Amino acid sequence: MTTATTPTYIGARVARKEDPRLITGDGTFTDDVTLPGMVYVSLVRSPHAHANIRRIDTAAAKKEPGVVAVLTGKDLEATGMLPVFITVPNMSGSKHMPIAADKARYAGDAVAAVVAETRDAAKRAADAITVDYEPLPVVVDATAALEPGAPIIHEELKSNLVFTYPVKGGDIEKAFKDAEVKTSLRIVNQRLIPNAMEPRAVAARFEAGELTLWSTTQIPHFVQLIASLNLGLSQNKVRVIAPEVGGGFGSKLQVYAEELLVGYLAKTLGRPVKWTEERREGYLATIHGRDHVSDLELAAKRDGTLLGLRVRTVANVGAYLQAFAPGIPTILHMFVVPGPYRLPAYDYEMRGAYTNTTPVDAYRGAGRPEAAYLIERAMDRLADEIGMDPAELRRKNFIPKDAFPFNTISGISYDSGDYAPALDRALAMADYKGFEKRRAEAKARGNYRGIGISSYIEICGLAPSKANAALGVGWGGYESARIRVHPTGAVQVFTGTSPHGQGHETSWAQIAADALGVTPNDIEVRHGDTFESPGMGVGTFGSRSLAVGGIAVHKAAEKVREKVVQIGAHLLEASPADVVVEGGKVFVKGVPEKAKNFGDISMAAYLANNLPEGMEPGLEATVYYDPPNFTFPFGTHIAEVEIDGETGAVRIVRYSACDDCGRQINPMIVEGQLHGGIAQGIGQALYETAVYDENGQLLSGSMMEYHVPTAEDIPAFQLDHTVTLSPSNPLGVKGIGEAGTIGSTPAVANAVIDALSPLGIRHLDMPLTSEKIWKAMKAAGEGRR
Amino acid sequence: MITHPFTYQTPATIDEAVQALGRSREAKVIAGGHSLLPLMKLGLAQPETLIDLRRIAALRDIRREPDGTISIGALATHRAIADDPAVRAGLAALAEAAAAVGDPQVRTRGTIGGSLAHADPAADEPAPTLAFDATIRAVGPKGRRDIPAPEFSKGTFETALGPGEILAEIRFPAQPARTGSAYVKFPHPASRFAVVGVAAVVTAKPDGTIERAAIGVAGAAAKPQRATEAEKAITGTKGDAKAVVAAAAKAANGMTTLADLVASSEYRAHLVTVYARRALERAIERARA
Repeated sequence: MTTATTPTYIGARVARKEDPRLITGDGTFTDDVTLPGMVYVSLVRSPHAHANIRRIDTAAAKKEPGVVAVLTGKDLEATGMLPVFITVPNMSGSKHMPIAADKARYAGDAVAAVVAETRDAAKRAADAITVDYEPLPVVVDATAALEPGAPIIHEELKSNLVFTYPVKGGDIEKAFKDAEVKTSLRIVNQRLIPNAMEPRAVAARFEAGELTLWSTTQIPHFVQLIASLNLGLSQNKVRVIAPEVGGGFGSKLQVYAEELLVGYLAKTLGRPVKWTEERREGYLATIHGRDHVSDLELAAKRDGTLLGLRVRTVANVGAYLQAFAPGIPTILHMFVVPGPYRLPAYDYEMRGAYTNTTPVDAYRGAGRPEAAYLIERAMDRLADEIGMDPAELRRKNFIPKDAFPFNTISGISYDSGDYAPALDRALAMADYKGFEKRRAEAKARGNYRGIGISSYIEICGLAPSKANAALGVGWGGYESARIRVHPTGAVQVFTGTSPHGQGHETSWAQIAADALGVTPNDIEVRHGDTFESPGMGVGTFGSRSLAVGGIAVHKAAEKVREKVVQIGAHLLEASPADVVVEGGKVFVKGVPEKAKNFGDISMAAYLANNLPEGMEPGLEATVYYDPPNFTFPFGTHIAEVEIDGETGAVRIVRYSACDDCGRQINPMIVEGQLHGGIAQGIGQALYETAVYDENGQLLSGSMMEYHVPTAEDIPAFQLDHTVTLSPSNPLGVKGIGEAGTIGSTPAVANAVIDALSPLGIRHLDMPLTSEKIWKAMKAAGEGRR
Repeated sequence: MITHPFTYQTPATIDEAVQALGRSREAKVIAGGHSLLPLMKLGLAQPETLIDLRRIAALRDIRREPDGTISIGALATHRAIADDPAVRAGLAALAEAAAAVGDPQVRTRGTIGGSLAHADPAADEPAPTLAFDATIRAVGPKGRRDIPAPEFSKGTFETALGPGEILAEIRFPAQPARTGSAYVKFPHPASRFAVVGVAAVVTAKPDGTIERAAIGVAGAAAKPQRATEAEKAITGTKGDAKAVVAAAAKAANGMTTLADLVASSEYRAHLVTVYARRALERAIERARA
């Protein structure tokens, strides 16, 4: 294979090509899709968390002006069920219809749909529907849902237990027998609400037997597949378009009720249909994230050497099993809990439980933030108990760099890693050595300062298709790319990834530019339309896009380059080995003055009258790339906080992070991912929590109560990086989309507990709000004045 | 997030606005719209008519009258108040409260009149309005009347304004020499409303003795109120650290503090004492400067 000797654009801070249209308002989002004759959907959602639906009176609604149709669950059986793509052993799957017909299982479960000429009329008519509910006992807490006598969410399943999933390795009994120190801790990873900037929306048109569905989705090809199967349309007659999508964080990694419903309505009514979520509606009806309660025990020697970890967790999946929900607390969580550490014995059992709450699925990090928080809180607890510096405890237990590829006790293989340099660089940026002086200065002000470390690994590059099959994931983990060079030399990259903020239009152009010897501006990257995609695209989630989709682009570009070289050699009458492709030119090494333009080569490919013997005309390549292994990015984050000694309010005063995501394609985009990710992780540590009352009502039901951090809450970040190439792919890339969220939460939580440790406070649950801290300080006899 | 239908009027004078209000059933007056529009979008307010005051330019004025009164028109935005030199010089607590409202977008659109008339107990500006002994001038079918600040607020979302009355201006009397003031706030992390906001206004004698102290508290209870026990405790003292601490400790006395997801009643009461101390310290320092 010929490869550019010096990458020109890979590694460069190329300004994002997509930004001019996004920041000037030129982007087209799903809600911008308005078609002649369009009708609008409004959904009636259950106000009860658990209630039998006795009767739905739609008569008044049907009389409202502008109403086109009023439908209940009984009218909508033809939409079919919502899919679940992952099956873990002994899983108790739920029947999940887009519109509930028999009973509502959470507050927000849709029970009827109104279609009307305007959005306003639809909403008004929805208000005119009366539903006769028979309220049932409610269970919100996952542990309580597994107790005998708990209200059963799905009667046919006889129990709320979704699955019991074990991951074991080594001799755990021996580990605890040999332990010189044991530390135990109950960890609550609270429920979060994803809050993508753009709420969900779906629009659809059915014309000449063809359904076009626009949706705010991270996985347009899966929406196409399920819409085709469920709605009885041949797959070539279902076109799904994810236009501009304003953030997802996993919350758009679904095939949602509204997508099937709107597609079905467009097909049956023969008119274009649109549904747009309201923010408050989204708080109820778009998936939530996290919600684990874990009990852990860590066995170690007094010198800090880890011996074994035992964990028992209950994960709240909500009222229904969503698309990837079975895999988030299991596959993406349990295998990586050991983190960057050598751990000789491991015993983890996860139970999933149905409750009367909004369904829970992937939210940025998806299982891995829960893992990092679990092990990193445990490491700090252990350091505290044996009186060891938390940085040294981590360093002592790190997997050494010569041990890679490293087979973990959980049964996976880390591709590459060199953890100590990232820790050292973060410690240096954080002036870790000078911290105690700053703690003393804060004390003199009446405040408490703390510093917290989090060394993390994550699993990305999802996923080798055979590994998917072994883990119960019902689809391959490859990604597709097609590169088409037009006769004039214009280049289009079609990708199966579906960016919704990640900047693939820029990064993929950088990758292709280096292979083709042109600039990123010469390349257009297209995505999100199943009718112009390379074929099946898996989509964008789990920090997989670069390590799988980017590699597919790279390989397709290499194929095209190879053909450019062959044609160039033919036209220049030279050996292919001597042909150079760079700067938009093709020439014989050492003779740049006799160059052909890139466009001359592409034109020749299509004129096709002077090509090497036997060569096919055209200049295009399609690649499906299936990765041989996962990738494992890593890093260390360090937060320093100061707590107001009177009020308990936390301020992050310093934040340092050294991350390693392998080769960086665009460092500016890497930093942007880290900024957003760290902010989101800070949100979990300090502010965010979905609060239900005992009746299953979401109390934190809007942005007036649910605090998504703003610029005011976030410090300036000191960022650094190391580069440890992944051996799993030719570019050595790993993924960075979730690292910030994974690394930051434990760093901030550890910093707060460190600040309070002089008061004898050893643990508090997130979010670490002012009042919670004040109460703890007061109980410790230090809530002054 | 769609409002119910309504008609919309933009009178050119306050008298026209009063007449329009008298003519319409279920009418609401709108200024910056930053309280009313969200309520309408949520369906919690469904006025049939909106009377928009935006064309009445005189209501935007912030002016200093010959007797030293600073008169602030109902349509003065939070930002205009926070930036106004006369307000900053003479009514620091008000300038600080206005600067602490919401975010830049809210401060640029939202108005003091709208805030007071809406009467959200967690709004910032009612605290300095109380502490400065301001009066609220209302104009109605029977002419104008001045309502002392303590009588203006009747409870959560309730004021002394009659059904036909429009809030026209807020009048802050001239402050004596050696007066200092300050507003400090513990914001709700999500909404940025005041969980607790305290305005302190302190006048010192030449020898430093505290001659008069007024403390207005927002956010803590169902309506903004004065911390009278703390005011009494600090008056007549030298305003030293010990006296301030002792007085601030009484700031929540007699208040029925609210509870929500962010702060329990007990924590709110505690925050009142902490922020009263901080406001008093700053106000006393300024009174002496």
